[in-house]
Formats: sequence, C-alpha cells, structure tokens
Amino acid sequence: MIMATTMLKALNKSLHDALNDDEKVILLGEDIGTLGGVFRVTDGLKAEFGEHRVVDTPLAESGIVGTAIGLAYRGYRPVVEIQFDGFTYPAFDQLVSQLAKLHYRSRGRVKMPVTVRIPYGGGIGSPEHHSESPEAYFAHTAGLRVFAPSSVEDAYAMLRQAITCDDPVIFFEPKRRYHEKTDAQLGEVHPDASPKAKVLREGKDVTVVGYGPTTNTLSEAALAAEDEGISLEVIDLRSLDPLDMDTIAQSVQHTGKLVVVHEASRTAGLGAEICAEITERCFDYLEHAPLRVTGFDIPYPPSRLESHHLPDLDRVMHAVDTVMNHHEATEGAAQ
Amino acid sequence: MSTQHMDVAAGCLPTHQLLNVDGKRIPDEELDHHLKELKEADLADFLRDMIVLRRMDNEATALQRQGQLGLWAPLLGQEAAQIGSVRATENDDFIFPSYREHGVAWARGVQAEDLLSVWRGAQASGWDPNEVNIACQQIVIGSQALHAAGYGMGIKFDGGKQVSVAYFGDGATSQGDVNEAMIFAASYQAPVLFFCQNNQWAISEPVALQSRTQIADRAHGFGLKTWRVDGNDILAVYAATKAALAHARHGLGPTFIEAVTYRMGSHTTADDPTRYRKAEQLEEWKAKDPIDRLVKYLHELGADVQSYQQRAENAADDMAAKLRAAITSMEDPQAEELFTNVYAEEHEPTQRSAKQYLDYLADFEGGE
Repeated sequence: MIMATTMLKALNKSLHDALNDDEKVILLGEDIGTLGGVFRVTDGLKAEFGEHRVVDTPLAESGIVGTAIGLAYRGYRPVVEIQFDGFTYPAFDQLVSQLAKLHYRSRGRVKMPVTVRIPYGGGIGSPEHHSESPEAYFAHTAGLRVFAPSSVEDAYAMLRQAITCDDPVIFFEPKRRYHEKTDAQLGEVHPDASPKAKVLREGKDVTVVGYGPTTNTLSEAALAAEDEGISLEVIDLRSLDPLDMDTIAQSVQHTGKLVVVHEASRTAGLGAEICAEITERCFDYLEHAPLRVTGFDIPYPPSRLESHHLPDLDRVMHAVDTVMNHHEATEGAAQ
Repeated sequence: MSTQHMDVAAGCLPTHQLLNVDGKRIPDEELDHHLKELKEADLADFLRDMIVLRRMDNEATALQRQGQLGLWAPLLGQEAAQIGSVRATENDDFIFPSYREHGVAWARGVQAEDLLSVWRGAQASGWDPNEVNIACQQIVIGSQALHAAGYGMGIKFDGGKQVSVAYFGDGATSQGDVNEAMIFAASYQAPVLFFCQNNQWAISEPVALQSRTQIADRAHGFGLKTWRVDGNDILAVYAATKAALAHARHGLGPTFIEAVTYRMGSHTTADDPTRYRKAEQLEEWKAKDPIDRLVKYLHELGADVQSYQQRAENAADDMAAKLRAAITSMEDPQAEELFTNVYAEEHEPTQRSAKQYLDYLADFEGGE
C-alpha cells in the first residue's frame, strides 16, 4: 500500500517489524525507550515490546556498543542507536577493534549481527558534534558494512536488510531528511547482504554520484543542468561499503565524466576512493578528471557558516560545468 | 524492574545541608568553619549572581524561541550549585565545564553575549580559556574530566598551588572518561576537584539508570575525599567547595563533590520533559528553590533583603538589555572564518582550499 510518510516513520516501522519478526532483535541506546529517542525514531516501541527489547542505556557510547557485542555473543541481534554522529567516537574502539574484527578473529565462528544506527550530517543548525559525517572511518575499516539510505523506502528496506545481515552494519541516517514527506510503499526487503547503488535518473553527459543527505541536491542539479542542455546521470550509492563500483563504472563508460558529492571532508574520503577506482577501471573512457564536491577539510563549522561547508546546487553545477567545458579542474570551487 | 521505579540505594555519606528549605541555618561541624569569612555583603552578592544568572537563562531560552539562538541548554534550578562552587574558587584555579555551566563562566567574567554567541552558531567558542581560566564548554559527555585530571597532574608535577576543577553531570558518571579521570587523579594524587551536579536527569533518563548507589559513594571507591551536599543550598555548596580546594592545596589529592540539585527546565530547548517526567516532581523541587532559600536566610539574618533584591533586579535588567541588543544585532561570521585556526602552524592544503573557495565566492558574487 502506498501511503504518505516520512523517513522517521519508515525507520520506526522498520524497527517495529524487525522486533516483531525476530525475538532476538533488541534495541539499545540513550533515551530510546521512554522518550522514544531524541528524534522519536523508536517512539512507542518500548511500550509495545517491553523494556527488555527496547533498552534505555546508561550514558556511555563505548558501553552501548561493547554490551551489544556481548549480547551478540549470546545470540541476540542488537540494533544500537548512537544519539548523534559526533558521539560515535567514544565507541570507536569497540566499533573498529572489536565489532569489526570478531568474525575474522574467531575464524568465522562468532557472528556479529549488530546494526549501529547513526543520525548524521549537517544542515539543521546544531551546535558542535551534532552535524558530522564520519562514514569514511567505517568504510575504511574492514569487517564493517556501511549503509546510507537517502529515501523513505530505502530507509525501511535497508534497515531491515542491515538487521538481518550477519555482519555488523553501520547505518547512517540523514537526519535533516527525517521529516521530508513522501508517498512510499514500505515492506519490500532485498535478500542481498548489501544494497546495490541505484540510478535515480538516467543521463548521458555526466555521472553524478552521492548518497544520503545529498541526493536531493543532485536531483535538483539534474533539473538545472537540463535547462543548460546537459544530461546528468544521478547515482545514489546506498551502500558505502561495499561500494557498488560496477554501477558507477557502467555509467562513466557512457558519460566519460564523473562528479562525486558528499558532505564529509575531502581528504581520504569516499570521493577520493571512488575517483581513484573509476580512474583505474575507466581510464580510457574518461574525458575529464573526476571531480569531488565535498565539505572542506575543516572541523564542522559553527552553524551560521554551515551553508558554505555543505555542497549546494551551485557548487555541484560548478563542477558539472567544469567537466563539461574541459576547464582546468578548479579544485577549490569544486571541493 | 521498570526503570521508572528504580531507586538509588541509601548512601554511606551524609548529605550536608547548611540551609534548610525554610532558610534556617543548620550547624555543620565539618563545614561551618569554611563560612567564617563570609559577610552579609557576600551573601548579597550570591543573591545578585543567582538572580542575574536566572535572568540570563530565561533570556537565552526566549532568544532561542525567537530564532536568535540555534539551541540553549537551560541551567534553571542549578544556580546555587554553579555560583556557590565557582565563587569558592580562586581566579587561577582552572575550570573544565560542560555545556550547562553558563553560570560558572559568567561568574568568571565571561560576557553573556559571548557565551550565547556560541549557541547562536556564530562562533566556535566565546572566550579565551587562558584569560578566564575556563576551558571551552564541553558537549561530548564527560570528556573534560580527563582534561581536568591532566591539568591537575601538571600542577602537581610543576609544584603549582592551583586546583583543577571538572564540572559534569550525573549522566557523565557513566562514561569511561570520567571514571578514568578519577583513576588518574587519584593515582598521582593530583589537585583536582570533580564537581558533579546531580540534576537527576540525563535527558529522559533518571539518575538511577546511571548509578544504583549514590554517586558520591562511587567517588569514595576511587579513593577521592568526597562530600555530598544539597546543591540548592548555596552555603553548603560554597563550604564544601572551599573544603575540597583546601584539601587539594594542602597536597592531599583529588576530591569529589556531588551537589544534589534538579534540572528544572528541559535538557535543551529541543527537549520536551513532559514525555518522561511527572509534574509533581517539578513541584516538589520548586519548594527547594535555591534563590528563595537564600532570600529566606537573609530575612532570618535581618538584612535589608528588598534593597538587595532591587539591586539584583537592576543588574539583571541591565544585563538582559545589553544581551538582547548584542545578540539580535550580531552579524554572521565571514566565510574566511571557515578556514581559520584549523592548524596552529602553516598547513598549505588548508590555505589553498581557503583561497580557492574564497575566489569562487568572489567570482560567484561578481556574477561570473
């Protein structure tokens, strides 16, 4: 059934259905029970499933992820909420040295089907530590899968997919899109371990790649480019690890031009990885150096400056114009 | 067992109260001598501080509602815990606050508009830590406790006479950093005061979810000399802080104060406490209001309370008018600020990024 809904409600329903379908699914996090989470993603779930399925935890992120690992040893399928992106780091050791490596360390005998939900990204006028995009750290870490839905339907389906996956999944939720209203049909879940990239719009001149918070900017860019007679192929990555390079390479083989967009900083980011991989795979097809449009290499700025930092339509179009017009890559503007 | 009905076990340590809720002075053998230098004028200053601070807090909440601030974390109800403790410190004692210690910073001379500019999103911090001996407000829960421990180790190693003070809340006591900080401070017998404002709530979570014993009892277990005080009693807070600082200055090592108070407002302006706590609890704590209590005590002393209150209200009016004018006319920072202070030393890629982006902006604004 198609219904008007939001990403918040889709995530809530996804957690609800996962709790319903598998009694080993357990939710852990700060303020997720009685309050329903600071964003209300878990609203009503404690009342329905009880406090041993929806657990308000002490205020300690390392503790939350560490105990989720213990619960997974015990056969549970924990879904952890980190309240804001910037509060992920106190749990970094448990995520990177423990969660990511236990399957390898145990030679495959221990599975860690833990999902770590992280509302991330900027654009909501928040104070420090509430607007970060830490996805590259986790894509860089072998043993973790990293998902980043951009749409309501994907938020539902990919969260179900993350929870059923026997590997740990870091699940990045684009918080500034939580309240976007859209008509969606929720319920379909892909059987694959990770989602594939999705071509949101077909085009022939430039391949534009993004994910999560930026895909609507890319769609706007496609419309703006159309007015200039330029046809953009827009790709939503959906999974940041594994990266679906085949879909991007296929696209670049017919456009010959690539622009990658993300809010996270530029240096050693996902854009760098994608541009390098595409250069290796599609060198003979490229008509221009791949470009990145990203957040700057700076700490996330005070909110009154964040509109500069976040890739916007103008910066994306500037990069598109650059690759179309074969200008020298004006890196600073594109970045 | 439901988290809603969890209790904190009765503790081993007494809760010092020097002023009861009716403003009557209760003798305290251990702490009374720390009050002997306090004059009526000092009490009047405490009253002024708390009244001005409460007004600043109310103004900030109002400014947030009007879109002038991005967010605000109210301190309503915690005025005595903050003013009583900071007024007991010397100006060269170095303080590591959390994001709610507005009163601590303000009492050290930070202007209200500089404090609020950060919550407006206009700048990353509002003061020079080395000028007022207060670190930037910390948002990551509990991280600053380790910084305080390290600063205290430095004082110990170089033979200073100052004390390092960490402010944090009940929720923070669950964090590894806070526990590690107590271990480091105890291990080196560093002059550190851990000042915990137990305001009963970590957003929606009651203190019993963080600690099944009184928080002060835990500190005792780390080997810290510890006091538990009524955090809405400014005399108890002041006296215990004086005692803790004297302990540290005598080379006797780290201390811990649990100031039992209550977060009368929301966690932040983005929070709705009616979803998780009962109105009766709020009413119960209203009766323990720290400002009312000091007013009652001043009456007990036969002071001209009305003139003190009038003076405080005048100061609050002046502060509020100046604050509002400063905030509502505060201009947004320039784009250059994005790339400023990322590194202390030359860093070519940052400088290149800055130049390229600023050139792009100039072209763009020039209508390219």
